[in-house]
Amino acid sequence: MKSAPFDYVRPRTVAEASALLAQAGVNAAAIAGGQSLVPMLNLRVAQVDLLVDLSRLDELKAVGETSENLQIGALTTHAAIEDGMIPDPFGGLMRRVASTISYRAVRNYGTIGGSIALADPAADWTGCLIALGAVVRIGGRNGAREQAVEDFVQGTYSTSLGPGEVILGFDVPRSDAPLRCGFAKVARKSGAFANSIAYVVVQGRGGLVTVVLAAAAPRPIVLAGAARHLASGVDSEDALRAAVADDLKTYLPDADPYETRLHISTVVRAARDMRTQT
Amino acid sequence: MKITVELNGAKVVHDVEPRETLADFVRDRCGLTATHLGCEHGACGACTVVVDGQVTRSCLVLAVMCDGRSIDTLEGLRNNPAMEVLRKHFHECHGLQCGFCTPGMLIMARDILQRLPGPDANTVRHELSGQICRCTGYTGIVKAIVAAGQELARDTPNG
Repeated sequence: MKSAPFDYVRPRTVAEASALLAQAGVNAAAIAGGQSLVPMLNLRVAQVDLLVDLSRLDELKAVGETSENLQIGALTTHAAIEDGMIPDPFGGLMRRVASTISYRAVRNYGTIGGSIALADPAADWTGCLIALGAVVRIGGRNGAREQAVEDFVQGTYSTSLGPGEVILGFDVPRSDAPLRCGFAKVARKSGAFANSIAYVVVQGRGGLVTVVLAAAAPRPIVLAGAARHLASGVDSEDALRAAVADDLKTYLPDADPYETRLHISTVVRAARDMRTQT
Repeated sequence: MKITVELNGAKVVHDVEPRETLADFVRDRCGLTATHLGCEHGACGACTVVVDGQVTRSCLVLAVMCDGRSIDTLEGLRNNPAMEVLRKHFHECHGLQCGFCTPGMLIMARDILQRLPGPDANTVRHELSGQICRCTGYTGIVKAIVAAGQELARDTPNG
């Protein structure tokens, strides 16, 4: 299990990284924590001529808070989020999500930017950041651009990242009303890739509700019917189950009975979890 | 590519191929074979080492990415006080059978006790879920870590 040979560079600035990635095109890959890319290279499901190491770029490590946003640098590790090293004005949701990703040794390296850039359908951060309405900041040769994470992630291992573009970080909007966030995940063993993840975010009482189901399809699904039910204030789990079942018929028409039951269950558990947050 | 690392407290300079993992670097270039390679894709935890104080799967990082870093393998933790306590309890609780997973188990156990002093068995089981023992000797391993945690917490009540 050895990777095919490649060249390795450690640029000093994002601009330099961007130029190197653009120049080498599809034969280059950016590496941050490498916890997915290194095994993919070793298994030779990914092959590159040039590896551009972003892991020491301080520009990608900045974390900040304004009255409107939490800004998370792309190189922020899962372990740093788990340990509360960055603010979490979302009722501890991000800390809890981080603590369930893979294993501690992997969380010490894996980064939030790397997770979004890879866009694995079972990744934890894509669904979470979509549920929180986050925006991704992207740097490239032609300056910076921003895009909603929901639009950035396009499918299995597919994003809108163009040649030479690098994820700089994320802006997660803060809500005026206190957020209540719920989360539930089913994986065959703790730390393994999930089979179903649900996020429920409610802004205050009677405010905007977002329900996101991840690990169910090539990209996370925003469940409109389930959100409508939760926003209605009707406190009935049977009605929520029915609403999710209707959503699944629309968004996942090919789901088998087990998958349907599993996804309904994670959404219901995420809603319960949300209700425990005061 | 030339890299310089502090390996078990000593400065080491080596030429490495960019594709070389840290695991292959410590085993093949440096002859430190306590670091075991089980799955080589991050699933088993046998190759766990410490880089800049953080537990690391040495099969999932490239040696070139560790340039300038400080690396501890199990060999370098021989005289570490927590490791001495852990070794004693692994011995007393039958925390190993074939021993293949043991280096990774010991390094991960030390990390668990540092982050979560005096853990109960459930916490240890959860935190250890990334370390695989193919002899399935988890009962003894968990017991050993809980016992070591209690002894260390007793000896250092303020952490």
